[in-house]
Amino acid sequence: MTLKLEEIKNLIKEAIPDAEVIIQDLAGDENHYSATIKSKVFSGKSKIEQHKLVYKALKGKMGNELHALALNTMEI
Amino acid sequence: MDKNTSDKIKNELKLNQVCLFMKGTPDVPQCGFSLAVSNMLKHLEVDFKGINVLEDQEIREGIKEYSDWPTIPQLYIKEEFIGGCDIVKEMFEKGELQTKLEEKKISYKK
Repeated sequence: MTLKLEEIKNLIKEAIPDAEVIIQDLAGDENHYSATIKSKVFSGKSKIEQHKLVYKALKGKMGNELHALALNTMEI
Repeated sequence: MDKNTSDKIKNELKLNQVCLFMKGTPDVPQCGFSLAVSNMLKHLEVDFKGINVLEDQEIREGIKEYSDWPTIPQLYIKEEFIGGCDIVKEMFEKGELQTKLEEKKISYKK
């Protein structure tokens, strides 16, 4: 099972509308990505909480359709 | 998660000050992310227990529910969930992991 880069981006943007999202397909296999996400919603939150927000945006796909997504979240 | 699984997880966390739920073992990790976290702990000479989730499907799913975190590896220090690979790596690079170990009174190589 794989997930397209655009799909990941859309899911994140849907849940976190102000997010600036940069995604890279690390292996070219639609299964190993890295994402840098900047948003105001991250401010004042711990890294764990920030990553949980992103996982929530992905609606249970993380760890299932999506095997690997290295996350780098930043507040703006 | 059934009670048996949740008891097993709690028991591991209680018995092991530093606990890494991972794919594979510290000697033979079976996923790059598990390898990375395991290597950081080895580098810091932290005494930790690696729990191979590939050997126990119930723990594999249970630990995700326990921490409300969808991926493996997961690092715990004195029962506190620290994070997955990205967070632990970032903390390690910033020296925050070392600070955390210090705070939790876990010995490591300085």
